[in-house]
Amino acid sequence: MSAIIESPRQPQQRASKGRVNWEKYGWLYMRASGVLLIILIFGHLFVNLVQGEGIKAIDFAFVAGKYATPFWQIWDVVMLWLAMIHGSNGMRTIVNDYASNPLVRRILLGALFVAAVVLIVLGTLVVFTFDPCSTLIPADQALSFCPAP
Amino acid sequence: MSTATLDSPPAPAEAPIPTFTVTMMVRRFNPEVDEEPHWEDFDVELYPTDRVLDALHKIKWEQDGSLTFRRSCAHGVCGSDAMRINGRNRLACKTLMKDLDITKPVYVEAIKGLPLEKDLVVDMEPFFASYREVQPFLQASSKPDKERLQSAAERARFDDTTKCILCAACTSSCPVFWTDGQYFGPAAIVNAHRFIFDSRDEASSVRLDILNDKEGVWRCRTTFNCTDACPRGIQVTQAIAEVKQAIMFGKR
Repeated sequence: MSAIIESPRQPQQRASKGRVNWEKYGWLYMRASGVLLIILIFGHLFVNLVQGEGIKAIDFAFVAGKYATPFWQIWDVVMLWLAMIHGSNGMRTIVNDYASNPLVRRILLGALFVAAVVLIVLGTLVVFTFDPCSTLIPADQALSFCPAP
Repeated sequence: MSTATLDSPPAPAEAPIPTFTVTMMVRRFNPEVDEEPHWEDFDVELYPTDRVLDALHKIKWEQDGSLTFRRSCAHGVCGSDAMRINGRNRLACKTLMKDLDITKPVYVEAIKGLPLEKDLVVDMEPFFASYREVQPFLQASSKPDKERLQSAAERARFDDTTKCILCAACTSSCPVFWTDGQYFGPAAIVNAHRFIFDSRDEASSVRLDILNDKEGVWRCRTTFNCTDACPRGIQVTQAIAEVKQAIMFGKR
């Protein structure tokens, strides 16, 4: 029958007053980035999966072609930053809600922060240092305009 | 001259009012004996006009006098008997038994998120502590000779949130309040809303500052549990959203 929620807790001490209230800006960020992400993600999906040949067009050359233009570089980096921070902040609120043990909470929040920073830095690096003629690409997949190794 | 009297024609025997038997499952907890709360079932014979509170009274008066619950006015005004009935927070005195599915047992337990004291009684202190924190009283510096005047439109602005009876049905249905008791909870925000939007009050910025706290209105996830639970029909989630707007853009 009804779900049982065990062991209610007394409220803990409230945080001291007078500090910058990030919770409000976090809340505002979630709304603003959410609206932008709707445009960015559906634009991304449309260009990649629907437009032209659709999903069959996606290969290494397609991605290389997109990253040759600053428009798509900026589009993807903005999408990466907004989505990673949006998602991490959402996870942070869930951790704050459910991890009542202070140590567990700190570990989870720390891991979340590290994961977000690593992925944002890595992704940004990939977008801006992308080299379609990298020597790491096997010869049979190399693009035609690249100089032969 | 003869006077007509009421007892002249014998009244036709009234048909007996039909009754039905309902199984009540009550979540019992005696802190002196029990380690954990447990469900106990009672069969009660009831009339269609009976409420859950009447069923609990029948159990307490006729079957087990140790059953413990709070009730005061028994008419949906005092807010003492909020409890979780079939998994939903309601007032026992406002829930008719015939409106529930009486072919199955009716489950009654204490409201959640507050420390359980005995059977259906919880410690309301954390709830009232966050109520006190929002300063739920009129703060005005003017000392008029008569009353403080207010237009009908100004009064209507906060009319909805004046209906709160502090039964804790909303706060104890809030998943954010369940998972960590630091959140102010919907009831405190509703009562802050009642004064924030009162044209006679002068301390709304103080209350908005209090609710702009880390554990304030921003923790609300708009799950609408509070609006569903409110026995007075207060649009609780809307009130919280209006407080959020007032913090961001000022009072309107």
